[in-house]
Amino acid sequence: MTTTTAQRAPHSASNFAPYVEANVYGMNDRIKRLRKETFEAEPSLSIERALIETAFYKENEGKYPIPILRALNFLEICKRKTIYIGRDELIVGERGPKPKSVPTFPELTCHSVEDLHVLNTRELQRYTISREDINRYEKEVIPYWKGRTQRERIFSHVPETWRNLYEVGLFTEFMEQRAPGHTALDGKIYHTGLLDLKERIAIELSNLDFMNDPEATDKQEELTAMSISCDAAILFAERHAELAEEMASKENNPDRKEELQIIAAICRRVPAHAPRTFWEAIQMYWFIHLGTITELNGWDAMNPGHFDQHLAPFYEREVAGGSLTRDEAKELLSCFWIKVNNHTAPPKVGITAKESGTYNDFTNINIGGVKLDGSNAVNEVSYIMLEVAEELHILQPGCSIHISASTPERFLRAGCKVIRQGHGYPSVFNPDIYIQELMRQGKTLHDAREGGCSGCIEVGAFGKEAYLLTGYLNVPKILEITLNNGFDPVSGKQVSIETGRAEEFKSYDGLYRAFLSQLRYIIDQKVRVSNYIDRMFAKYAPATFLSLFIDDCIARGKDYYNCGPRYNTTYIQCTGLGTVTDSLSSLKKHVFDDHTYTMGEMKEALAEDFKGLEAMRQYILNRTPFFGNDDEAADRIALSVYNDLYNTIEGKPNTKGGCFHLNMLSTTCHVYFGKMTGATPNGRLANTTISDGTSPSHGADTHGPSSVIKSLGKLDQVKSGGTLLNLRFLPALLKREEDVAKLASLICSYFALGGHHIQFNIVDTATLLAARQKPEDYRDLLVRMAGYSDYFNDMNADLQGDIIARTEQEAF
Amino acid sequence: MSLFFDIRRYSINDGPGIRITLFMKGCPLSCIWCHNPEGISLQKEKMYTRKKCIGCQTCVEYCPHQALKLTPNGILTDRKFCRLCDQCVAVCPTKAMEISGTEYSLDYLMREIEKETIFMDRSGGGVTFCGGEPLMHPDTLLELLHRCRTLGIHRTVDTTLFASPEVVSRVMEETDLFLVDLKLMDSGKHCYYCGVPNDRILSNLRMVAEAGKELLIRIPLIEGINADEENIRQSARFLFELPWKQKKVHLLPYHDIARNKHEKLGTRYNPEDIPMATPTEKTIEHCRFIFQTHEIEVIVGG
Repeated sequence: MTTTTAQRAPHSASNFAPYVEANVYGMNDRIKRLRKETFEAEPSLSIERALIETAFYKENEGKYPIPILRALNFLEICKRKTIYIGRDELIVGERGPKPKSVPTFPELTCHSVEDLHVLNTRELQRYTISREDINRYEKEVIPYWKGRTQRERIFSHVPETWRNLYEVGLFTEFMEQRAPGHTALDGKIYHTGLLDLKERIAIELSNLDFMNDPEATDKQEELTAMSISCDAAILFAERHAELAEEMASKENNPDRKEELQIIAAICRRVPAHAPRTFWEAIQMYWFIHLGTITELNGWDAMNPGHFDQHLAPFYEREVAGGSLTRDEAKELLSCFWIKVNNHTAPPKVGITAKESGTYNDFTNINIGGVKLDGSNAVNEVSYIMLEVAEELHILQPGCSIHISASTPERFLRAGCKVIRQGHGYPSVFNPDIYIQELMRQGKTLHDAREGGCSGCIEVGAFGKEAYLLTGYLNVPKILEITLNNGFDPVSGKQVSIETGRAEEFKSYDGLYRAFLSQLRYIIDQKVRVSNYIDRMFAKYAPATFLSLFIDDCIARGKDYYNCGPRYNTTYIQCTGLGTVTDSLSSLKKHVFDDHTYTMGEMKEALAEDFKGLEAMRQYILNRTPFFGNDDEAADRIALSVYNDLYNTIEGKPNTKGGCFHLNMLSTTCHVYFGKMTGATPNGRLANTTISDGTSPSHGADTHGPSSVIKSLGKLDQVKSGGTLLNLRFLPALLKREEDVAKLASLICSYFALGGHHIQFNIVDTATLLAARQKPEDYRDLLVRMAGYSDYFNDMNADLQGDIIARTEQEAF
Repeated sequence: MSLFFDIRRYSINDGPGIRITLFMKGCPLSCIWCHNPEGISLQKEKMYTRKKCIGCQTCVEYCPHQALKLTPNGILTDRKFCRLCDQCVAVCPTKAMEISGTEYSLDYLMREIEKETIFMDRSGGGVTFCGGEPLMHPDTLLELLHRCRTLGIHRTVDTTLFASPEVVSRVMEETDLFLVDLKLMDSGKHCYYCGVPNDRILSNLRMVAEAGKELLIRIPLIEGINADEENIRQSARFLFELPWKQKKVHLLPYHDIARNKHEKLGTRYNPEDIPMATPTEKTIEHCRFIFQTHEIEVIVGG
């Protein structure tokens, strides 16, 4: 199987399987057609944005202060880019000239001709681009940006010590080629139009104190830029209105003609003014979304936050008044879903392309949860959203259900039924814990309750916070270089400090202390460069449009990247807790406690990738306490690693008045890290994936899901800004209604133990076939029948074949 | 001393809610289709999983009784010499060699059960004792059941009810729910296929029902053995007359899943080649119909 991608849908490594007609039961013809189109559209590259921007920069660079230059650049793009309104669409607007056409952002990273050829021809995550466009890019875009891109500036600065660690895969750096984003909106755009924001900006401008505030001039520039950004988005919407009017005048079908007229009226209304209807509210959000992902290419696109809560008042008012039906609301939401799916992630280059090769741009729709007063927020729109997610079954947006103690059981079960379909979503979050996490980081109760998850599993205060993910940390590799005294056996380079020869460690504690010294050194390197990159964005790439929507950027007169938000968090995402725990546990037991092997023998086995030592490897795999089995010996190690990651990262200051916090996300990076890491003492072979998030190592959890949950429950998850648990289930475990109820109880049990997030991969036939090939990674696959239970791996080939056939049949 | 051959968590087919199931070793019955043949003998047994064996021969080297040798079919244990001493199990790197049957202290078992409390509490689950036949270990079983009661844990006993009425009535005092297998109504056939007559089972079942105990009946439905009209009608009539509240049977369609375990035990599944088959949809529907005409609800599957 493909390695599970944790909090993302399991299929997210590429696009979903070919279009299937089958699961379209709840959709009307329009949605069926739009869904088919979005499925079949091929991701392509559009050079339009780069051409507009390059021409603009050639003409204007140096003439304006940077924030104003950026805002005018955004205005220029909104003024000149191709406007697209598709057949049948109700929600309108595309970042590129057509669906799944992705612009480039040469001011950050300028793709080379070779990059473009590779993108055009590679097999996975291909982006088509014509030869003419490549030639034009080579002539008009590349020469201007050479030496001026953010990426080049960053790499020319980084110290050698950082580069050593980066290149061998000890960590990644999110911001080296895409802008920091990781944000979600609160509810302000549903009662505040951009013209209202302009008024507010005008007041702030008039209140600037040039006599006493040394930053007044900077603030004036930033606020002026914000105001220009409002104009840009209003203009962009008006161009849609014009096109819709023009299309309406030529339309023969009276129904569509009327729809186009309504679309035109809506685009004249929002985003300039606050929305009045359900339709306007969705279109309002969509214009803001498009603006932020056109201005820059922030990681994790954009997110509407608690969309069901924001839309509920519109829905309820209109349904009561008779101007909207449930079906119409569902159709509009489906159109929105399809819009998000049309927005493929911008293509990455270099190491980042290796660790995050996906079309998914990670807009995660939060459904359910709590209101600002802490009470249950589930409403009818929440249920409609679940239906839409289930029926459309498209790559984007992902969705998550938020289950607090006050959430009705009915909603949880409805979510579990979607989980049972095996699409990999919704993932399940626990607001009762993440509200505590946010408050521990210093948010007010009110702001914490507005919070949630924007993309993966990281949480932040929606509409009030910049919470930037800066990159993943390969924790198992830190152990690898600890065992080699700072030397990396994979690349053959000394990449880190010397902390002693492993053969000379007298005790497990000695080894662990060396591991911590390496950890501290590596984190320091990472933090140093992250802080540098922070300043680069603050100075050269302010996000003057995004800043409009995040409190208190306007009030402070400061940019989203430059201390404008009320809260400024920097996360480092630690990957491979399971692998490093199991490896330490193996060393403790077999080398230091039982003396089954010497450290020398162990190191030799790792260097040889266990070649000719299968008995030793199997002995380790089968006789080591592993994380995820409710086993005190292993769980204690996991707890100490987790706490030490926290102690090392937590509280280091960033450059924006906030600080660094721990995050336990892995996304797809555990696959890349696995390739960069040699064999590990837990019996894992070189090049194979390391464990994801806080999940146990693949196949290490042999005591079933309840034991996994008990082990995870021992971590004090409030200390993190997100943990991640991925559980694998055979569809047979979710066959009956009562099984769904039991799954719901399992989730509630985990949350009662303090779990932050859980997600389920419902195993398909392909996974079972893979399990036959590589049994050790799938030791957790349970087969359950009345009065009988066994592990898939323990069954003979015939019986496995039988189970595979049943899985095929029983797939939902 | 009671032996256990498995402990399974997140058990969702052995009673209400999420459960922990303890499998006790030893059974007075020897049904030819038995799913858990390693649960029949009261003694420890050697199990060998060919698939897991990497042929390293560490076990051969370490066996103090020279009972093992490597053959083209994997490691062969000469049962004449094997003393079930655990040596091969201890050294086998892949756990291809296992001993089925472990003694645990009651304290250990209670700790394991208590680890699952949070799931039981949230799901209305509990502990299930099954086997083998848990009633073969009345002292151990009663002590565990009693300790679970003091902790407020819901207790299910999955049993054939082939035991003395005294044992059944004592266990009844400490049990919240019985899962009882009803296999064949004809005692002669029962004797032939399961090794014992069924009169005791039926009278105990009546006793449990009369005592007003919660009771679920499970019928392994096997074409060729008990899925015939006559047996099903008799079963339905018996259950109709039984004074129980639930009036619900689970039909468990036959599966030859036990082949796998016989392979590990080195024994032969169904050595006399008695024809057994999974019932067709039609048969299952017909059986459902018969039970329904006797006012008994039918659930197909565990």
